[in-house]
Amino acid sequence: MADPVDVLIIGAGASGAAVAWSLADTRMRILCLEQGGWMKPSEYPSTGRDWEARQFGDFHISPNVRKLPADYPINDDNSPIKIVNFNAVGGSTILYAGHFPRVHPSDFRVRSLDGVADDWPIDYATLEPFFAENDRMMGVSGLAGDPAYPAKSSPMPPLPLGKSGARLGAAMNRLGWHWWPSDSTLATQDYEGRARCINLAHCLYGCAQGAKASTDITYWPEALRAGVELRTHCRVREITLNEHGMAKGVVYYDENGVEQFQAAEVVIVAANGVGTPRLLLNSVSGKFPNGLANSSGQVGRNLMLHPYAQTYGYVDEPLDGNHGPPLCLWSHEFYETDPSRDFVRGYIFQMSRGVGALTEAITSSAAGRLPWGADHHRVYRNLLNHRIGMAAICEDLPEAHNRVTLDPVLKDGNGIPAPRIDYTLSENSRRMLAHGRARALDILREAGATNCDGELPIAYAGWHLLGTARMGDDPDNSVVNSWGRSHDVRNLFIVDGSLFVTSGGVNPTSTIQALALYVADSMKQRLATLFD
Amino acid sequence: MDTLNPSEQRDLQRLAAMMIPASAEYGVPGADDPAIFADIIRSLGRDLPSARAALAALAEGGPFADLAAEKAEALAASLRTTPDLLVLHRLVLLCYYRDDRVMRSLGQEPRPPFPKGHVVEQGDWSLLDPVRARPPIWRPA
Ligand SMILES: Cc1cc2nc3c(=O)[nH]c(=O)nc-3n(C[C@H](O)[C@H](O)[C@H](O)COP(=O)(O)OP(=O)(O)OC[C@H]3O[C@@H](n4cnc5c(N)ncnc54)[C@H](O)[C@@H]3O)c2cc1C
Repeated sequence: MADPVDVLIIGAGASGAAVAWSLADTRMRILCLEQGGWMKPSEYPSTGRDWEARQFGDFHISPNVRKLPADYPINDDNSPIKIVNFNAVGGSTILYAGHFPRVHPSDFRVRSLDGVADDWPIDYATLEPFFAENDRMMGVSGLAGDPAYPAKSSPMPPLPLGKSGARLGAAMNRLGWHWWPSDSTLATQDYEGRARCINLAHCLYGCAQGAKASTDITYWPEALRAGVELRTHCRVREITLNEHGMAKGVVYYDENGVEQFQAAEVVIVAANGVGTPRLLLNSVSGKFPNGLANSSGQVGRNLMLHPYAQTYGYVDEPLDGNHGPPLCLWSHEFYETDPSRDFVRGYIFQMSRGVGALTEAITSSAAGRLPWGADHHRVYRNLLNHRIGMAAICEDLPEAHNRVTLDPVLKDGNGIPAPRIDYTLSENSRRMLAHGRARALDILREAGATNCDGELPIAYAGWHLLGTARMGDDPDNSVVNSWGRSHDVRNLFIVDGSLFVTSGGVNPTSTIQALALYVADSMKQRLATLFD
Repeated sequence: MDTLNPSEQRDLQRLAAMMIPASAEYGVPGADDPAIFADIIRSLGRDLPSARAALAALAEGGPFADLAAEKAEALAASLRTTPDLLVLHRLVLLCYYRDDRVMRSLGQEPRPPFPKGHVVEQGDWSLLDPVRARPPIWRPA
């Protein structure tokens, strides 16, 4: 049995890295167990001629297709939105696009303002210093002065507009609608040892330049230098309890598949909105027959995925194609609730440039735009680099029946029960998706695009995994308290997207990491009384 | 290494030419071009079972490569949206749209994105002026 540690973190992704770094200055003995390994940027797809092809193989965003040894299968047959992730040091930030909006102040007060879902037990002001700290650690590029947010600033200037951004921006101006350069974790300048973005544009499949802030190259090097230990290829099966009902440690399988036990004073779960409930539900005991920390029955429930309405069209001149970071602008015009609409809450648009030569060919063939035969070449030349588009990221409200449970049959490579997803789109989401599609068509028309198409909702877009171990003041309907500590097990903490009470209508990682830093800070403030 | 047998390869080559024929007008080879076709065969990998199944469906009434043009067109069209043929089509596209000659004909440099990257113009930031002038649009809470 290994020596006990003070703090054991499960998962080395966006939130695990942030919490490890923040706690490092306590000089406690901190260990992180991660089921994946370190990535080698020199082997990322953008370094080879098969760069686009690999998104259909070893860099597929779905673990069910990718099937790498670090992956676990997910039964998402009963969901119109499929779960996507990455399992490695850096977690899903290896694949994320680095689009980095914060949630809005109103997102913490959904029940009070709009009479739906629940309020958070914290507010925007609580997270504000942690948003700023995280922006500095991740290295955010952006532009101050956005009327969609309370004042904030970014350490680097924004991504270039390019031809696509300028065309979309001009269209938005004619419509009188809000747009702004997106906050992004793609470094526009050399930053803290990271090279600036050179527009490889294949951001979603690992950044070979190191310009995209995945946590393997931001938080982790600093956390390791500060003394945190990171053990890779270690998959945690369950968290065990001692006779006092406190977490005793974890059982995990090491690199060789050998079962190990690691004792810890404090356990922090950072395995994401699907991995975390899976682990808690797999951790059964006499005291918690329905899963650890689950006396409320809320573990795994309220899964929120952000349905995406994707819409794109083609203009009559070549624009940036995929020769720049895909996401460059956002619009918050339709973010806040408007009683004149037939849905509550709202969405942002993330606006996108074009796609690569192969992706254009494949998606256009699948959509029936690109024919077989002699006309293929003429049609294709009017599509490639002529595409612009956007996606509405729709706020998903928490619903108890949208949930993560354990699949009775499916298991991972270590024989651990795999998660099963049951998820349906609500009527509110459907209406919001339809609104997002209609407004996107207005924008594209105004930008001179024709031949518009898209996906509603995007199927392989379960990238925002939220709400499955939510925070709250009431132990009867929440899993952790207002600073991330389990109501049931006083030395168990959760720091990932599972904590979200509501989802907001923005990409969540900025908020996930701000929450992780906030939980770490709350722990540090209370070290002497942590378990009281 | 497991791969397609010669008759499957002959059928696939015909199918590839139907999907993307050579074009004198655009100065590009077809997907049945020997170099592109060799890439397709080399890249079967995970897609081999689907490729086999798609080709088996096409060859049910005899070798697809030997069918008269009209019959071949009709048969391929009837199977075009089956999952296995979609996989095979994707494989053909992914080898075609990385061939140097094809990429040059599209004005694309035949290279991976890294390390050279690309250049994106800054654009005219004064476009933002009307948005800057707006009052806050977030709801205080
Ligand atoms: C294709 C794609 C694009 C995205 N784009 C954006 C974007 O533009 N903006 C944005 O905000 N978000 C984006 N996201 C989402 C973003 O990546 C996630 O929100 C973020 O990474 C979640 O952080 P996390 O710490 O909760 O989980 P993760 O980053 O997923 O990390 C969880 C880690 O836990 C490990 N783990 C899980 N279970 C175990 C176990 N039992 N034992 C050991 N280790 C375990 C996993 O291997 C993984 O490394 C994207 C995601 C994807 C997949």
